[in-house]
Amino acid sequence: MNAALALLVRDVKLAWREGGAIGVALGFYLVVVAITPFGLGPDLNLLARVAPGMLWVALLLAALLSADRIFHNDYEDGTLDVLTTGPLPLPVLAAIKSLAHWVTTGVPLALLAPVLGLLLNLPLDAMPLLVLSMLAGTPAVSFIAAIGASLTLGLRRSGLLLALLVLPLYVPVLIFGVSTVSAAMVGPGSPWPPFLMLCALSLASIVLAPLAAAAALRTALR
Amino acid sequence: MISLANPTRFLELVKAVVPWLAALVVILLGTGLYLSFFVAPPDYQQGETVRIMFIHVPAAWLAMFGYTVIALAALGTLIWRHPLADVAAKTAAPIGATFTFIALVTGSLWGKPMWGTYWVWDARLTSMLVLFLLYLGLIALWQAIEESGRAGRAAAILALVGAVNIPIIKFSVDWWNTLHQPASVFRAGGPTIDPALLTPLFVMAAGFTALFVLLHLIAMRAEILRRRVRALQQTQVARAALAEA
Repeated sequence: MNAALALLVRDVKLAWREGGAIGVALGFYLVVVAITPFGLGPDLNLLARVAPGMLWVALLLAALLSADRIFHNDYEDGTLDVLTTGPLPLPVLAAIKSLAHWVTTGVPLALLAPVLGLLLNLPLDAMPLLVLSMLAGTPAVSFIAAIGASLTLGLRRSGLLLALLVLPLYVPVLIFGVSTVSAAMVGPGSPWPPFLMLCALSLASIVLAPLAAAAALRTALR
Repeated sequence: MISLANPTRFLELVKAVVPWLAALVVILLGTGLYLSFFVAPPDYQQGETVRIMFIHVPAAWLAMFGYTVIALAALGTLIWRHPLADVAAKTAAPIGATFTFIALVTGSLWGKPMWGTYWVWDARLTSMLVLFLLYLGLIALWQAIEESGRAGRAAAILALVGAVNIPIIKFSVDWWNTLHQPASVFRAGGPTIDPALLTPLFVMAAGFTALFVLLHLIAMRAEILRRRVRALQQTQVARAALAEA
């Protein structure tokens, strides 16, 4: 337990000190959301209708582009080899690193989203549910991204390959995340059923994804 | 399975089987196409357009079959370390992806006259598109990792992670309100398609399956030989390096 906590604290501190890793993800999120009205046109009604979808898609891209950070830095300098011989089982190691990614990327992106929602004319009363859906869905995003990161460990051009591998797995998260917010904005029906499905997806990924990521780490480090 | 683990024995088996299998494919597909286009009656609602079904449905079945083959091969790689399991998985991916593509395109062409649209984002079509993307991901991962042992294990893990999509595709028309029609063949209570259309469908499906197996065996043979050539080249390079040193 102590080892796991120590690793989590270390990873969060490193991400914080990495000279803008968190900031770059937030900046990327801002830029992508900012250029969408140039593509879609400035009609505020249209933007309000696409806002939940665009905010979720841009969040997925921002999280994915910072996903190879999950294992890459430690792989490069050999720390990952040392960690695998340590007291933590490999799935727990993968889970802690995914959790660190969530804390340093998922949560900040989710908290920035309502501000960017203003750019897309998202109604103010949909914002709490937007943040809630993102906080509930980003654990799935981070934990599944760790599977991709461990599969593509050490490969060239792994960023694009990681996105190609992981985005199809995000389809359910995206569907339920956007439904939660749209249901709150337009109806029909309550936003809570898709929200609960989103929570279920996150919980399932927290349990199952580290097993796949650990298996992939074993193949990558052999 | 274990006796086939020896690649040389496997190649002998392939050499013996392929001519017969090729003949079977020609017979089944020939009969199937004849039945589909000349014998089967036009549908009472769809008219002649129903004949796209005889290509679209078997292609979709084979798309899912292909991924199942890859998932089983993945288990073979990870659990039993069967030597040919990763060869089977690597070679099945492009074939399965092609069948998926055929299913998507023929379905789209069928959708325009029937539903009025080439595409709709309902559960069945979306999950088939996700299947196509999963195939592409597998092919990309195989190509990205140079060492074939690591590539085989990584692709096996990815295949198993994506295997959850197969039951989703099958049951998508039951679980969600879809434009795509509900299950009409493999369902509790038996098929709802008339035997006059069901027979050509099954013959075409058998033909497609035989075609998949034929292409798969030929591709596996090619991959085994490719690996042998690579090993020989590497030995040659190593010897040359030793001779120089």
